[in-house]
Amino acid sequence: MAASDAVPSHSPGDNPPTAEPFDVVVVGGGVVGCAVARLLSHHQLSVALVEARDDVGAGTSKANTAILHTGFDAVPGSVEARLVARGYQLLRAYAPTAGISVEETGAVLVAWDDEQAATLPKLAVKAEANGYAHAEVIDAAAVHALEPHLGDGITGGMIVPGEHLIDPWSTPIAFATEAVANGCHLLTGFQVVGATAGAETTTLTAADGRSVCTHHVVNAAGLHGDTLHRLLGFDGFTVRPRRGELIVFDKLARPLLGRTILPVPTSHTKGVLVAPTVFGNIMLGPTADDIDDKGATGSTRIGVDGLLQKGRRILPALLHEEVTAVYAGLRAATEHSDYQLSAQREARYVCLGGIRSTGLTAAMALAEEALALLAEAGCTAMPKAADEVHGIRMTPLGEGRERPYQRGGTVVCHCERVTAQELEIALTSSVPATDLDGLRRRTRALAGRCQGFYCSAEVCAHAAAVTGRPMSDWMGVQ
Amino acid sequence: MSAADVVVVGAGPAGLGAATELRRRGVGRVVVYERELQPGGVPRHTAHLGYGARDLHRITTGPRYAAAMVRQAERAGVEIEVGRTVRSFADGTVATTGADGPATVHAGAVLLATGVRERPRAARLVPGDRPAGVLTTGALQQFTTLHHQRVGTRAVVVGAEHVSFSAVLTLAHAGCQVAAMVTPLPRHQSYAPLRLATAGRRRVPLLTGVDVVEVVGRTRVEAVVLTDGTRIACDTVVFTGDWVPDHELARAGGLPMLPHAKSPVADATGRTEQPGVFAIGNLVHPAETADLCALGGRAAALSVMDWLALHDWPTAVRPIEVRPPILWAAHTARGITLRVAEFVEGRIECRVGDEVLHRTKHRLWTPNRAIHLPLAANASTRILLSPVERLQ
Ligand SMILES: Cc1cc2nc3c(=O)[nH]c(=O)nc-3n(C[C@H](O)[C@H](O)[C@H](O)COP(=O)(O)OP(=O)(O)OC[C@H]3O[C@@H](n4cnc5c(N)ncnc54)[C@H](O)[C@@H]3O)c2cc1C
Ligand SMILES: Cc1cc2nc3c(=O)[nH]c(=O)nc-3n(C[C@H](O)[C@H](O)[C@H](O)COP(=O)(O)OP(=O)(O)OC[C@H]3O[C@@H](n4cnc5c(N)ncnc54)[C@H](O)[C@@H]3O)c2cc1C
Repeated sequence: MAASDAVPSHSPGDNPPTAEPFDVVVVGGGVVGCAVARLLSHHQLSVALVEARDDVGAGTSKANTAILHTGFDAVPGSVEARLVARGYQLLRAYAPTAGISVEETGAVLVAWDDEQAATLPKLAVKAEANGYAHAEVIDAAAVHALEPHLGDGITGGMIVPGEHLIDPWSTPIAFATEAVANGCHLLTGFQVVGATAGAETTTLTAADGRSVCTHHVVNAAGLHGDTLHRLLGFDGFTVRPRRGELIVFDKLARPLLGRTILPVPTSHTKGVLVAPTVFGNIMLGPTADDIDDKGATGSTRIGVDGLLQKGRRILPALLHEEVTAVYAGLRAATEHSDYQLSAQREARYVCLGGIRSTGLTAAMALAEEALALLAEAGCTAMPKAADEVHGIRMTPLGEGRERPYQRGGTVVCHCERVTAQELEIALTSSVPATDLDGLRRRTRALAGRCQGFYCSAEVCAHAAAVTGRPMSDWMGVQ
Repeated sequence: MSAADVVVVGAGPAGLGAATELRRRGVGRVVVYERELQPGGVPRHTAHLGYGARDLHRITTGPRYAAAMVRQAERAGVEIEVGRTVRSFADGTVATTGADGPATVHAGAVLLATGVRERPRAARLVPGDRPAGVLTTGALQQFTTLHHQRVGTRAVVVGAEHVSFSAVLTLAHAGCQVAAMVTPLPRHQSYAPLRLATAGRRRVPLLTGVDVVEVVGRTRVEAVVLTDGTRIACDTVVFTGDWVPDHELARAGGLPMLPHAKSPVADATGRTEQPGVFAIGNLVHPAETADLCALGGRAAALSVMDWLALHDWPTAVRPIEVRPPILWAAHTARGITLRVAEFVEGRIECRVGDEVLHRTKHRLWTPNRAIHLPLAANASTRILLSPVERLQ
């Protein structure tokens, strides 16, 4: 590896000729890795966040059900239960300060037969065991009174008033933006494929030949966490993706529902829910299929048909509305039911593995955990002085607050009412959009009902004009 | 708050046709709000012939037609404000937003002319990956006509109605080979000459009785898979037709919708259930040709003037009732337009009460294609369209 290919640990301005090793390199720019990088950047450490794709938050973290869980249904006493409960508090407090939209709609867990109804009291006890005191079992009539559009055949329910909706797209981007604002290096397109451990440092090499040298490594590689774990010489869990397909319905369906409708969960999955989104849509899903291909994020006929069948029972009127999007996300499921967290002092390595279906909620708590595990692994971090830590604020994407177009602006994406100014900000920020998907996650452009009939050309033209890259690049034309 | 005699939402053929007529007949202030930065609607980017036969009495291209409509409107003294999105209308107050901020205007009458779009891939529930290269004809034509881009090298066109052949033509002009047209129906649904002049001339295979069931490709489209298992290699898929009205504004404003068409219920002159609110153009009949939309706009203008002068409104604006296999029916400037769900033979009968207003000849009816009954039915009466005999 030529020295010039190595990535320096300081900002380009004060580039030392020979690269100093970073204190910590976080591998994986999903919501977990970004949360870790953010917290580390509040400390007196040199930090890099390396991400295989060209953007952060573009893996599992962009394709989930976007619920900020109370953790009422977690396995009591598990690491997951503790971190979901803690992460919930942290993210709920952080989101409004950073411009991440959250909505406290609450949820109602609905039983559809007697057997399910019989489990409700047990779920209420479980909620208490998880420190959540506000769950309350109600009868079928009360469920209908809360949600008059639900289908027939309800046998009972339990309200969970604390369940929130959250903007899943802005969350990792906000974390990463704040990390960068506090000196973290973000290296995208950096897929770690090799690791060489020395006495005091580890060198991580990327598929494209670049490398970073670091004292400590945090594994937040999500679906590929097991591969990285093995690359660093450890074993103990294998990720088998559990695919979840989702259908997003037109905003015109939003009045059908006040809150999230949860099913009675099983040990395998939280089940198919119907939930509003902060963007004002209604979402139906996810499915749960164990598959082998970590890249199989496509939707399937069986999955979509199965969801529609369930949706017809839960919220019949939903099926009369147009579908805006269909997508699938992959949960990093392992042979263990709990998160796989560990610290290796010898190897100066921390692993955040097996974060299956609650990582969005738990991310900020996982960051605290990573800090504690880093200490175990020999990395002591002094916090920066409060006035040295920079906060950030994104433009909230949710419908809960005033959106930019309401104050004025040239609307480019009409379905989602995204202005030219918002596109420009997203394309020129410190963690900029590099493709249409990134632009969509930062602004909602092209995420609406017409799926680009009206504005895809215009959005690409704007992106090309702002970035100087040819329009064909943005269109994905080779 | 400013005031206008009439506010028109959407500067497509319907909106411009109505606004021009209103001004020509002496209505004071007629304002058209258009959310795009250029007025003209969809014809702006359909760069082929086929526009203007019945209103301009010459055949021209989409962009020329759009320009002619805009010129007429401007000459007549219509105020067209582009880059302004109408957000809501209620009780004669129209709320808009644009570059210089939000505004409200009081309107004596409101005309909704927001048009239609093609149903995109997700709404058709076509599973698979979500790669680049999946388009609608509308998007395709904006890339090629307005921005002079190449979209790909080999495309599959989904659909075989008029607009699908328009897509074939556009792809050919943009240097993109068309691997196939695909329709789940047993035949194409356009005119034979149109097919010949576009797909036929270029030897584009038309695959009938099959549908696209999967899009393959992680970053860029690599292929589509059909119902029969055939895999067609391509880097572009164009989903054509299968129109949905852009009806958000109308629905949010509380107007009732026709179930199948998903368009606001309106009578022959565009009157909706709300006094002073009119709906015209493809918003109410997804989709007709531009000239018919423009003529519909003109016809509505007379009714708008009546409203402004007399404040008289029918007590009930009823949808036209239909029986299967008729999906929906709506009024146009030239009578009634309807759609059938499948290829079907027989006669269609139109009744008001016990009286048969019209009965067609026995013939084969084509789905996805406008079927016009040349009758001016009184809007507020109860109309029933039903097949009187049906032979397969
Ligand atoms: C269908 C579904 C629904 C869900 N619903 C919810 C919910 O409602 N609420 C909730 O809290 N959670 C939910 N989750 C879970 C949540 O989405 C995940 O737990 C979370 O996104 C995991 O984040 P992550 O950062 O660990 O993984 P990811 O987002 O996958 O990030 C890992 C990143 O690491 C990168 N990477 C991998 N290998 C390498 C390498 N070798 N070098 C460099 N980079 C690498 C990847 O490119 C990726 O960007 C859901 C998940 C799914 C699938
Ligand atoms: C590919 C293609 C090929 C075609 N070929 C032909 C042909 O050969 N001949 C022919 O006659 N017809 C053709 N047509 C049909 C023709 O384009 C339409 O009939 C015609 O454009 C419909 O007119 P309209 O005014 O109802 O709607 P549109 O033309 O769709 O205009 C609606 C306008 O309303 C605006 N708008 C919507 N909502 C708002 C809002 N809230 N605020 C402000 N503005 C808003 C839109 O931006 C748009 O400009 C074709 C259509 C397509 C898509």
